[in-house]
Amino acid sequence: MTVRIAGKSPFAGWRSRSIVERLLKTISSEIRTIGSTVKIMEVCGTHTMTLHRFGLKPLLKEAGVEMISGPGCPVCITPDYYHEAIIDLLTNQKDILVCTFGDMTRVPTRKGSLQTVVPKEGSKIKIVYSPEEALGLARKNPQQQVIFFGAGFETTIPGIVFTVKKACQERLKNFSLLSAFWLIPPALEAIIDSEEMAIDGFIYPGHVSTIIGEAAYSFIAEKYGLSGAIAGFEPADILLGILSVVRQIRWKKPEVANEYKRVVRPEGNPQALALMEEMLEKFNADWRGLGIIPESGLRLKPVYKDFDAVWRFALKLLPVRIVKSACRCGEVLKGLIKPKDCPLFGQVCHPENPKGPCMVSYEGACLIEYKYSSGAKSQ
Amino acid sequence: MCLAVPGKVVSLKGDRTGKVDYLGSTVLANFSLLPKIKVGDWVLVHAGFAISRLDRKEARKTLKLFREMEKLSLTE
Amino acid sequence: MKKVSLEMGSGGRLMRKFIDEQLIPTFQNPILNELHDAALLPSGLAFTTDSYTVDPIFFPGGDIGTLCVNGTVNDLVVSGARPEYLSLALIIEEGLEFELLEKILKSIKKTASRNSVRIVTGDTKVVPQGQGDKIYINTAGVGRLIGRPRPAKIKPGDKLIVTGSVGEHGLAIMLARNDFTMFCRVKSDCAPLLFLLPLWEKGILWMRDITRGGLATVLSELAEKIAYPLLVDEEKIPFSSRIQGAVEILGIDPLYLACEGRALLVSPESEAEKILKMIKRHPLGRSAAIMGEVQDKIGKKGEALLRATSGGLRLLEPLTSELLPRIC
Repeated sequence: MTVRIAGKSPFAGWRSRSIVERLLKTISSEIRTIGSTVKIMEVCGTHTMTLHRFGLKPLLKEAGVEMISGPGCPVCITPDYYHEAIIDLLTNQKDILVCTFGDMTRVPTRKGSLQTVVPKEGSKIKIVYSPEEALGLARKNPQQQVIFFGAGFETTIPGIVFTVKKACQERLKNFSLLSAFWLIPPALEAIIDSEEMAIDGFIYPGHVSTIIGEAAYSFIAEKYGLSGAIAGFEPADILLGILSVVRQIRWKKPEVANEYKRVVRPEGNPQALALMEEMLEKFNADWRGLGIIPESGLRLKPVYKDFDAVWRFALKLLPVRIVKSACRCGEVLKGLIKPKDCPLFGQVCHPENPKGPCMVSYEGACLIEYKYSSGAKSQ
Repeated sequence: MCLAVPGKVVSLKGDRTGKVDYLGSTVLANFSLLPKIKVGDWVLVHAGFAISRLDRKEARKTLKLFREMEKLSLTE
Repeated sequence: MKKVSLEMGSGGRLMRKFIDEQLIPTFQNPILNELHDAALLPSGLAFTTDSYTVDPIFFPGGDIGTLCVNGTVNDLVVSGARPEYLSLALIIEEGLEFELLEKILKSIKKTASRNSVRIVTGDTKVVPQGQGDKIYINTAGVGRLIGRPRPAKIKPGDKLIVTGSVGEHGLAIMLARNDFTMFCRVKSDCAPLLFLLPLWEKGILWMRDITRGGLATVLSELAEKIAYPLLVDEEKIPFSSRIQGAVEILGIDPLYLACEGRALLVSPESEAEKILKMIKRHPLGRSAAIMGEVQDKIGKKGEALLRATSGGLRLLEPLTSELLPRIC
């Protein structure tokens, strides 16, 4: 399939200036009918990244839509005691190979970051693109204990869990998973429930939705009367999603619209869901910045504890002390304040000296604001 | 939180893994999360796993919408 | 106790902070303070140095040998000098295969000869196994000035020219360093910029070779140096079609990928088309493009702004830490 409409890139249609302008005009005229600014939360960090990379946020503001970044950034919401547990393991035990995705290695903790830690002899960290690479390393290096440290939402969870299943079927003795698995719908409910909420609608994460489908968000429209649309990640995709939300608000018809039908099916991915059901159980997870949300996390069922790094290495995953800090990442993640409203933003907290996870992750709202917004440097 | 790219399946190894071409680069992908993949299918790949099939009819619908929008822009 | 982190050598803001807060105050002098890619000496000479620690040593499109000669040659060219002499200092890890060392030396010889520079002095050290990563190389270069960067003369209307497609070296290294189960036909763009020398006599105002940190970092540094903001059109930046797929799969912004044979030039508006034609006549400059300009209508002083393909504006900041692939 050749996806070409203008220019030579296959993305040209979805990134075309004239199409973006037309969509913004249409959104603007709908807002005029509504008569007031509309606040929409984009949940997913990749959406936040697209909005900034293509300079869409200020254009949307002009059109009457204020975009608020949500908590869809796994690096941002994974508490740093996960990283500290891995750092402890690496510095005290030999022949441990920790594999993880890139971003996780930069999170600063009291014990340093995975990037700066000096492991014990024979131990090391490796950045991988896929959990299967970690499995491959375990097969090639039977004398090493390979731990895959995997943080992610429903998009990433099935692939990681499949890898654990394979390790189990091959009876590998040197592969385990430290999981930080987070579920989107309960987090959205927690945000809606919190009294300070002032959001009119949502842009739902397009790729999470390929797994969980459309019905996972129905409660937001039915129980809370809030509008929402599943959207893809090109500029035109997000704008089509925003247009749908704005129209729902105008006609007072909240629903879960699917503006990413080319990859999101109403039923999601049944195979992936069945695999997650088979191997994982829900628990009350502790989200950095949001606190404990009931049934919002997934972990390996006890029958798979041989492949769970928490069991294998007796890892302690509990906050040791509550640190009072001026960092307001929690409120940023909930969409209550913008990065610029945090007293540390730009002055004390910036990419080389991040005080909180929102400034660490490539999808963190604070890092994106700092990097991409004109004028942010002079805060 | 979900970087995934739509690519074309160009070769299969067994029925569960294969190569997906995306703008001239190929990535090794695992197809275990999708039933019955064949060469020529378009899939969405995330962290080495194909998580969804691309519905070309839907993609064409969106492209048609864009073409109409472009025509409108030209006549303004 | 404060310790040196890897990020301090990454070419990003931490490194510049180290330069600004430690090196410059310690070694204060007007020549150093100009901070061009080479020191412009009163005698009409330019003098520069660079160290090479690339891993892997051999990569598609080049090796540490080609890098250590081209890199130093390019620093002289963009500072207005014709490169003439290089020094070569080797720090070799005990246990390195001799055959590998010979291959590197052959590569250095070939590249030096191609650039018409002579290796006239050097040093060799061997460190115990485990105390060096196979081989580190430092080259210092001396050249004769035929022109001079004049950043103070840069004004609104002046054009920004990039001499070729960007990001290939950085991607080639990243893929060679890891095994991401990905295949991409990208080769490093490591090459000499000698063909730009005549431009110093055609009115070019400023040049910088685009290395670590990529095009975005160089643009951002230029913006900080001059009195006006920059505006670049993303559609006009040349990218090789070979890297497009890979950068999207890995979630890397190609504007931050290193190059080793590309330069950013600032040309007076009246000369820009002529200069572009001259660059494009050379095989290494075929995809050169005028991609933006110095202006005073949009943005603030010190800002390098990008007009994205979709029409919105985006601020370009220098690279702050090592580029890592992401899945989110």
